[in-house]
Amino acid sequence: MTRSGSFVNNPGLDTWLEIHADGRITVNTGKVEFGQKLTTAFAVIAAEELDVDLERIILRAADTAVSPAEGYTSGSMSMETSGTAIRQAAAAARRIMLGMAAEKLGAAVETLSVTDGDIGDGKSNQHVTYWDLMGGKRFDCAVPDDVTPKNPDQYRLIGHPVEGDGFEALVSGSMMFVHDMDLPDMVHARVVRPPHSLARLQDLDEAPVRAMTGVIAVVRDGSFLAVVCEREEQAVWAAARLAEAAVWDESKELNSTDIFEQLKKNPRESFPLADGVPQDLPVPPLSPPENAAATISATYQRPYIMHASIGPSAAMALFDADGLNVWSHTQGVYPLRQALATVMDLPEDAIRVRHVPGAGCYGHNGADDVVLDAALAARAVPGRPVLLKWERADENAWEPYGPAMQMDMQGSLSDAGKILHWSGETYSDTHMGRPADHGNHSRLLAAWHMDPPRTAPTAQAAMGFHAGIHRNADPIYDFPDRRLIKHLVRGLPLRTSALRGLGAYANVFAIESFMDELAHECGADPLEFRLKHLSDERARAVLEAAAEKADWGSGNHGDGPGLGHGRGLALARYKNVKCYAAVVIDLDVDEFGAIKLERAVIAADAGQIVDPDGLKSQLEGGLIQSASWTLKEQVDFNGGGILSCDWESYPILTFPEVPTIETVLIDRPDQPFLGAGEATQGPTAAAIGNAVFNAVGLRLRRTPFNQDRVREAAAEG
Amino acid sequence: MSKVVLNVNGREHSLDVDEKTPLVYVLRNDLGLKGSKIGCGLEQCGACMVIIDGKAEYSCNTPVAAVAGRAITTIEGIGTASSLHPLQQAFVTERAAQCGYCIPGIIVAAKALLDANPDPSEQEIRLALADNLCRCGTHARIIKAVMRAAKDIRA
Repeated sequence: MTRSGSFVNNPGLDTWLEIHADGRITVNTGKVEFGQKLTTAFAVIAAEELDVDLERIILRAADTAVSPAEGYTSGSMSMETSGTAIRQAAAAARRIMLGMAAEKLGAAVETLSVTDGDIGDGKSNQHVTYWDLMGGKRFDCAVPDDVTPKNPDQYRLIGHPVEGDGFEALVSGSMMFVHDMDLPDMVHARVVRPPHSLARLQDLDEAPVRAMTGVIAVVRDGSFLAVVCEREEQAVWAAARLAEAAVWDESKELNSTDIFEQLKKNPRESFPLADGVPQDLPVPPLSPPENAAATISATYQRPYIMHASIGPSAAMALFDADGLNVWSHTQGVYPLRQALATVMDLPEDAIRVRHVPGAGCYGHNGADDVVLDAALAARAVPGRPVLLKWERADENAWEPYGPAMQMDMQGSLSDAGKILHWSGETYSDTHMGRPADHGNHSRLLAAWHMDPPRTAPTAQAAMGFHAGIHRNADPIYDFPDRRLIKHLVRGLPLRTSALRGLGAYANVFAIESFMDELAHECGADPLEFRLKHLSDERARAVLEAAAEKADWGSGNHGDGPGLGHGRGLALARYKNVKCYAAVVIDLDVDEFGAIKLERAVIAADAGQIVDPDGLKSQLEGGLIQSASWTLKEQVDFNGGGILSCDWESYPILTFPEVPTIETVLIDRPDQPFLGAGEATQGPTAAAIGNAVFNAVGLRLRRTPFNQDRVREAAAEG
Repeated sequence: MSKVVLNVNGREHSLDVDEKTPLVYVLRNDLGLKGSKIGCGLEQCGACMVIIDGKAEYSCNTPVAAVAGRAITTIEGIGTASSLHPLQQAFVTERAAQCGYCIPGIIVAAKALLDANPDPSEQEIRLALADNLCRCGTHARIIKAVMRAAKDIRA
């Protein structure tokens, strides 16, 4: 089995696990838990390979003082990197301890067996435990190259539901989020931001705020403002008063001309794609084949959307003699430490970053930015821990958004209804705005407001396989010829970064909607049309499984155009090499153009299944979140700032609006396990659009599919 | 500052706080009941919900003085991790949580529903939770969990 990439920077076995004398085993990971049940899967993997009960495993939260450095938790990569590392480290530890036991018991390794950490010799009936052998001691060796983890047919735990993994704390309100931390002498802080990213502080009379009850400090550094108070409500009130007192220079405005016009007109860097990788080559011309029976084009659009975490970003920070301590729901404790070190002008080893859970983040949201805010506030009150929380408006107005995107598609069909040529061009700002060490630049929000301000580094075009903008831009279907272009567009008005799935959501929305348009063009059934262009057996299997579960078939799609009920399907393989997912949606469109989802069916193949329920949970959550993006979400802004600052101006899907969901999992015990948190987003968007077309004959090409969009489509005919 | 007497989870608490203080800060910071979450401070997301005199109410924008003497139940008053209420147990059984930030408010809203209507239809559950937002997309499981709880509690 391929050695985990995480061993390159973290080769030592002791970095990954520790056997304690009391029979517990600590497992370390550099990855963080944010509701995706990653740590459950890691604990199961470790217990499986070590042959111990799951209760013995303590999975330690990421902490720059002890954890392996594994960068960010993102891109559905954690199972393959950290999961594989833990598997190989645990298998190595087991082998080493079996060797020690053989020596101690005077037995041959082959006669030994392990039951919950107890090593027994079948011949002599002698026993010794892992903790007798290794309790409190170090392995002091690298994870060997030649470890052989178990074969799937030997599994006791993997693939079975896991119980008792912290759910009791969640449902009783006792689970501790960073928002809930309480340290001795703790104080509370809030920030006050400019009206928008181009505004700067002109004047401020702090005196009335300093005079308020409970105010300990008003923190001012350039255009960065915060208040520190004894009590939380005092901080909220003081921040409101400070916001009233601040006078901002708003002579510069955000460019609020049509964002899709900006995407097409602004300067850009363009790269043709080959096998999912951008090429530093000229963009080839678009010339449909001469033998095409028909060539059609369509443009699909997605506006800026938010992560919109249900819990606004928060962080705890403490400055003391040792330096800076922070507690954060960041997705990367080590990269955040680097980013903080630059801006705070501290050596990295004077900063300790500990992960504490936050609310679900779905990518790069305000989690890292709020840490710098808290650190700046804490520097003003050394020795006192500062808990700084963003308010809802801070979160909505200042988190980095998922970029606005446009996809221009063209397809040419043969007489026989086969696609001869496919062209897809994707226009977008960067999806890669996470902070790290950026020298004199910074990607932490407050750094842009401090005096002197730092600027964000110019995003480089991501040239990796299915990296940001071009993630899933390459259809998984068989075409004789394809032309795929990635356009990284410059000079756009809003800050953007990684949001669940990156470019995959919009690219799959476009590809799978356009597949339906092509099927319609040649009068083919959307399922048959896809199968006709699909040789990948695993892709065919999920598509067919979803269709079967949804009772797809001639006459079963819905009532047909104009009658209100419709059914649509879509398929993708995340990053073209990860989890396969097919989605079928049933919905109704009423006479006012409102769309109501009724039923969703998912079929997925994520390779070998470790935690079936966790897998379903990720797939279903992805579907509902994507349905929310697709039906409702758009960041509204004008020259004066962001308008979508609360849940009324940025509505998301609610309980009365979610469909029922049925999920079919295809287990592939002989295949590597694949992350699934980002697999259903793209197919869901397209399946909804395709179902609307099936229901009322209107093709929706721009999200969100609200009533205005449906009416616009109807007006266009 | 003034004296406010709060009745929370069946116990009386006498507190010296500014009477304008939103209830959620008093619950969390003075009484240590951190299960009620702060999500928006605008009565829009439901993360802060508590039961007041039998009804699920927002606590993020209610001045503490306005609820003095009224019967307040928080998520901690419904059941604890070692002694779960059947409603909470149903959420565990259905694994109806991802990040979990919205879950206490949702369980509170569901508790108020089941107290008033022990046998709700799926549609009634959806409507009862219409003021609670969940961002992870756990809705379908949450609805199942409340249906299961209703059945378990009636049995």
